[in-house]
Amino acid sequence: MPYETDYTNQGFTKVGTRVNRPDGVDKVTGRAKYGADANAAGQLVGRVLRSPHAHALITKIDTSKAEKLPGVKAVLTGKDFPDLTGGNRGLMDILENCMARGRALYDGHAVAAVAAIDADTANKALKLIKVTYKQLAHVTDVDEAIKPGAPIIHDWVRTAGVTPAPTTASNVAQRSEFGHGDVDAGLAQADVIIEKSFKTEQTHQGYIEPHACLATLGPDGSGELWVTTQGHFTFRNVCASLLGLEVAKLKVTSSEIGGGFGGKTHVWTEPVALQLSRKANRPVKLVMSRDEVFRATGPTSSTSVDVKIGAKRNGKITAATAELRYQSGAFPGMWAMFGAMTSFACYDLKNVKSVGFDVLVNRPKVAAYRAPSAPMAAFAVESVVDMLAAELGMDAVDFRIKNAAKKGTKASYGPVYGPIGIGPTLDAVKNHPHMKRKLGKNQGRGVACGFWFNFGGQTCTDLNIGVDGSVNLTVGTVDVGGSRASLALIAAEELGIDYEQVRVTIGDTNSLGHNDTTEGSRGTFSSGMATIFAARNAVDVLKQRAAATWDIPVEQVIWEAGEARAKGRQNNNLPPLSLKEIAAKSPRTGGPIAGHNEVVADGAGVSFASHMCDVEVDPETGATKILRYTVVQDAGKAIHPDYVEGQFQGGAAQGIGWALNEEYIYGDDGRLQNAGFLDYRIPVCSDLPFIDTQILEIPNPNHPYGVRGVGETSIVPPLAAIGNAVSNAVGVRMTHVPMSPPRILNAIETAKE
Amino acid sequence: MRFESPTTTKAAATLLASESGIAHVLAGGTDLLVRMKMGAIEPDLIVDIKRIESLRTLKVAAAGVQIGAAVPAVRLSESEKLRNLWPGVVEAANLIGSDQIQGRCTVVGNLCNASPAADSVPALIAAGAKALVVGPKGKRRVAVEKVVLGPGRTSLARDEFIEAVVLPARTGKSADAYLRFTPRTEMDIAVVSAAINLTLSRGIVQSAKVVLGAVAPTAVVVPAAAKALIGSKLDDAALDKMVAACRAACNPIDDKRGTIEYRTKVAGVMARRAALIAYERAGGSK
Repeated sequence: MPYETDYTNQGFTKVGTRVNRPDGVDKVTGRAKYGADANAAGQLVGRVLRSPHAHALITKIDTSKAEKLPGVKAVLTGKDFPDLTGGNRGLMDILENCMARGRALYDGHAVAAVAAIDADTANKALKLIKVTYKQLAHVTDVDEAIKPGAPIIHDWVRTAGVTPAPTTASNVAQRSEFGHGDVDAGLAQADVIIEKSFKTEQTHQGYIEPHACLATLGPDGSGELWVTTQGHFTFRNVCASLLGLEVAKLKVTSSEIGGGFGGKTHVWTEPVALQLSRKANRPVKLVMSRDEVFRATGPTSSTSVDVKIGAKRNGKITAATAELRYQSGAFPGMWAMFGAMTSFACYDLKNVKSVGFDVLVNRPKVAAYRAPSAPMAAFAVESVVDMLAAELGMDAVDFRIKNAAKKGTKASYGPVYGPIGIGPTLDAVKNHPHMKRKLGKNQGRGVACGFWFNFGGQTCTDLNIGVDGSVNLTVGTVDVGGSRASLALIAAEELGIDYEQVRVTIGDTNSLGHNDTTEGSRGTFSSGMATIFAARNAVDVLKQRAAATWDIPVEQVIWEAGEARAKGRQNNNLPPLSLKEIAAKSPRTGGPIAGHNEVVADGAGVSFASHMCDVEVDPETGATKILRYTVVQDAGKAIHPDYVEGQFQGGAAQGIGWALNEEYIYGDDGRLQNAGFLDYRIPVCSDLPFIDTQILEIPNPNHPYGVRGVGETSIVPPLAAIGNAVSNAVGVRMTHVPMSPPRILNAIETAKE
Repeated sequence: MRFESPTTTKAAATLLASESGIAHVLAGGTDLLVRMKMGAIEPDLIVDIKRIESLRTLKVAAAGVQIGAAVPAVRLSESEKLRNLWPGVVEAANLIGSDQIQGRCTVVGNLCNASPAADSVPALIAAGAKALVVGPKGKRRVAVEKVVLGPGRTSLARDEFIEAVVLPARTGKSADAYLRFTPRTEMDIAVVSAAINLTLSRGIVQSAKVVLGAVAPTAVVVPAAAKALIGSKLDDAALDKMVAACRAACNPIDDKRGTIEYRTKVAGVMARRAALIAYERAGGSK
């Protein structure tokens, strides 16, 4: 790395201020262009035909009538996607998920697609495609799928991570184990042991903007894709691999994004739109309906988790163990592995073991959802932690503080922690005024902790200074959570100029080197790091230009408060040169001034949060009202505190929806029954209280400013915090998420009997 | 698809009568347009009735209330007089969808959509509302409970539509109330609901009507529940009897929105709470 990255206690003037967002005006005036807002001359409308069956052989697809319909320009089935994956099973899974290859694997699985001159013609064409199915036995429940005799989703799947390697097919795609010490010995030392099983239902990220793209691909193998995505470089690479294109020939531009939360990290219709365009030789616009978004994109896993924790009377945990079963939809995933890794990450444990099982079912291919897999594991673990504290007669916060991980703790998933925030967030909870609020009748309070790894990854950034001194910063990480404001602040900080002087653009795939997808809370962390380095790179050039202007050695030039200053007594007659002055002269001093950086932003600091919430439960209807909710989280360094608070609140809001009402409901026929926002109930404004936040800043030593990713951790504790609060309010332990009114009422009534 | 905006009820009836394909009446459009967008229906003719002056009229008097078929729900809550006379009807209409939806949707549309979970229908039935039906052969009056036959099905002939609903004169110490249960606070659809209309004399219930929503293919009038309240001051024994009658009248389904058991149980809870609200509104005190 070219620059010193050790954290220093810097006196920031821009970083940490709450400036206006640069995209605000565009978004409130409707000028911002989202996925469905691009159009091209001669474009066609793309539509996808989807399987109504959970599991079926496709014995025949007759597209002849559709092809003859006037106005239809292209019809595709699985046969139109030759296997170019070179034996890469992961790529083949993506391809098969985009378009079925002889077998429909879930309700909503794409089986054919058309491109036509308008929507009416495209819809008519879909009705003219005749698909002959032979229905197969299906399974949608994670526990049912691992029972002997369950329908096997893929006959080629052998459980990985098991020795000796199995020889027969299984719906368990992978077993992963983490931990250290001796759990049996630890449990033998325990005075109290709590063991409990939990279930969580499948949820969707619920982004308001459906998937949409405009694809152009010519017979010469070069094309363009405008798309709503969290990672246009990843989309480019995957589409190019699936369709046999060179990456440089496919230019992908990311639109403004109306929410992603992990759900826009994978391709679904984009390769289909490109292939339709190639076949029709016209641009194709493909926009998913809400029904398609629910049935055929990537929700998170439904899960089933067993947890067992033992502790001494003095409150010290002696051993903890968990078995986690996560369904990954119809294709193998690694979601249970993440669940197993994160489950006990908050605690300092001598003896710990977690085992994850990734399970195949007839549901859509699971994708990431904000700290993927961690909320369900936290729900189970933090519920048992609460039960254990109660059994020991200890305060639930004190019990957590006593067992919290700290600097030097060997994490349950392997590494040894550096400076971390779990202890400080718990201390902040303990001292928060929220905890002193008196609870009324039918009310309960819950506290829970959460952890997420965070990610850095490949990053490439350009910074160009205009002749008027304004600065264009081009980054390759899609702005899903306000990163443009934060990155402009960082550039302004480094250059010593006004925030308003910087404009941040998300560059397309042909204007920058590869950038990893905006995931793992990496946008501000990694592009922030690259921006710092690119700005320092530009400052070097600015200093050289000043040195040349003054005709002194560059070593005698320093950069301070947005201007070059000449050092030393021999230079004290030289007036400083501002960035604007140097930029104005740049055409005659060597041309444009720019900075550049490419980096693998290693060292994303792990992130911890503790949440507290008060609820009131109507004992006659089972309805839960969230009375008060507070998030405490370590941000490392909050570049733009408004956005950090927004991330804390957003994660809590999604977690509240998940905890109380959101769930995929499948019928016995394996069909999704609630593919719409009426019956898939994300919370509306009036369902939520003001969500209070407290930012802690425990610097990440691997980032120049101490930044940690903040986007995801906030969704980890809510299921458990609300579960604990509801359980305390009704006096019955809740073990099944969502804690919908019928489930809560049923739990209350069952406990009475 | 043809789109027509007649200015008289007669012209509207003639258009509907002469259409050989699928015709739909458009008022607020908050159900119709959604169904069209989903591809559930493909009408040949749409008759927009909002240009018919008389259908945009809301007449509110103690002697009777007439709500035109094109009157959006928001106008009901804007009438203080109506809120005082029929608070239950108004609160039901103002639970439909959201503020934005209520700016367009109408109670007549809510009735003709014939959903078992419609919010305004139980309240209209409890109020003793009548529908004014227009057809090519003239007009007829029909009790609101006779309009809906089942989910999505009404007793209207294909060339008929409803011009307005009328609420009867208010006498004595009377009030109504409507409550529904939804998992969300708004933008939701009733899992179960109850409407109750009471008239008191010296704090004793003289007459009552109890109607449940979303517990059967249509809204259910529960005479046994009303009978349990009449003659009482809504003491616990009377309320318990009413709740039992309500639960006995439930014939719900198990679906994504609720279970048979849950709907049956909560129907009683909603009815009990609605009865107490109506009683207090009518001037009763416990």
